[in-house]
Amino acid sequence: MSFFAGKKVIALGDRDGIPGPAIEEVIKASGGEIVFSATECFV
Amino acid sequence: MNAVIKKVAYTLTHAPDCLVHGGTTQTTERIVAPDSEYLQKLPNHLQKYEDVVNYAPNQTYIGGMTPSDLHDVAEPWYKNPVQKQRFAKFGEIMPQQELYALIDICDSFELVLLEEGFSAGLRIAMQSHPIIGKRDDILGRLKKGFEIAQIEDLVKNHGAEGLYQDHKLIGCVKKAHNIDENLSSHIILENLISKATAVLSVLHLMDNCDIALDEIQMIIDCSEEAVGDMNQRGGGNLAKSVAEIVGFTSATGSDIRAFCAAPTHSLITAASMVKAGTYKHVVVAAGGSVAKLGMNGKDHVKKDMPALEDVIGGFAVLISENDGVSPEILNEAIGWHSVGSGSAPQKVTEALVSTPLEKLGLKIIDVDKFSAEMQNPDVTKPAGAGDVPDANFKMIGALAVMRGEMARTDIPDFLKKHGMPGFAPTQGHIPSGVPFLGFAREQIMAGDITRAMIIGKGSLFLGRMTNLFDGASFVVQKNSGATSSSGVSEEQVRSLIAESLRDFAKGLLAE
Repeated sequence: MSFFAGKKVIALGDRDGIPGPAIEEVIKASGGEIVFSATECFV
Repeated sequence: MNAVIKKVAYTLTHAPDCLVHGGTTQTTERIVAPDSEYLQKLPNHLQKYEDVVNYAPNQTYIGGMTPSDLHDVAEPWYKNPVQKQRFAKFGEIMPQQELYALIDICDSFELVLLEEGFSAGLRIAMQSHPIIGKRDDILGRLKKGFEIAQIEDLVKNHGAEGLYQDHKLIGCVKKAHNIDENLSSHIILENLISKATAVLSVLHLMDNCDIALDEIQMIIDCSEEAVGDMNQRGGGNLAKSVAEIVGFTSATGSDIRAFCAAPTHSLITAASMVKAGTYKHVVVAAGGSVAKLGMNGKDHVKKDMPALEDVIGGFAVLISENDGVSPEILNEAIGWHSVGSGSAPQKVTEALVSTPLEKLGLKIIDVDKFSAEMQNPDVTKPAGAGDVPDANFKMIGALAVMRGEMARTDIPDFLKKHGMPGFAPTQGHIPSGVPFLGFAREQIMAGDITRAMIIGKGSLFLGRMTNLFDGASFVVQKNSGATSSSGVSEEQVRSLIAESLRDFAKGLLAE
């Protein structure tokens, strides 16, 4: 079973790293539930 | 014929008091925690003008040293100053006092008031400026000074935004409307400073330029300020207001806004306009952002560093018809992040880097230098944002490995050979790809490199209209050597007709 299966996840992405929507896809594919996702720009 | 990069200019303006009074990190802190430790400590972390001039990344930005020279300076760079001058080959680092003179010059609605003694000193300073001092039309816009009592009253009782030098009130910007918040004194100040710093960069661009001021037909402003009123917020055309001050009497203008990706979109647009024959000479320019001054100041103060985000950036690029010499922008190999590209880093890098290169039959490793998000790591690393250019170069290198162009173990060499240290201030659109364009032009013309790729990215999600972000790229390459003189000139037509008539006459005589 995946580490994220059945877990609620808050995803904070970085535009110049891994953006929020990309993290969402991974979490969903791993059976996790995204409760909040955002991408931030730190520059 | 492809358009060329004819000339490039970069400027910085030191603005420590604007940082304290106008940067959003500080203005929001004054609202939520007016007695905070940060606000109390910040004044002790402001840099002197000399520190800013001798700061290696700033010097690299204005061309006083190369990215390669910067690589040789030990980090953190703020602890290892270089001995340099205010002016360098791409522009200058202007002191804050003269920025105030420039906003007075750029003010067309008598909204800027400077204290009379301060104003008189500025007039003398501007007269000795090597570019502005030669322009009576610009110097003539400097207004007469005002009594400090009047300025104090406007700031205290009438919603004016104070202008400070060494923490002392020396002027103000009045609000331009009683109710409209789009014309508030703070917004007017932000817009005037964006305009003034764009003007400064364009003046450097046109100084000693082969192309005359009245030959410029179009200017595109790609900064991040929204100019307008309550009925057309962001109505724009800051570009034409810059053209007016600089003296582009034959030019029109318009703005392109796309967050930090706007400069790249604007340069692609300008190159396309010139290639299409719409205009012969297009200037792309941007001034800087007051809001972003001291953006990471809390982390810098917490780590007992100087508040490094104390300069307002600007740049200007002249895109011209092909002269057979200057580096070309290759319209046939533009990269863009489409709506359907997705946000996975691999997909983003493919869209911006490998897809356009495939159109040229080139590999990633065929590009000598990449310039993507050139934020200064001295600023970003202590704030936890990492080394942004390095992260982007690693992503490009990783894609080259995935495509079988090189081994994974080659990535460190790839970063050194095809990347460079970040040297631009964290002014949003300013670091986004364009800071290397001046060096790219020089290095291509010197034969040191053949081509470079400029990449800009924009955080569209910050405007809350979409979750998407954006990106665009273009390749700058050595000129193919051909010129843009396509077709036959009027003189050549006359000569051909005369020759035909002569032949015809000879034929008649022979008969």
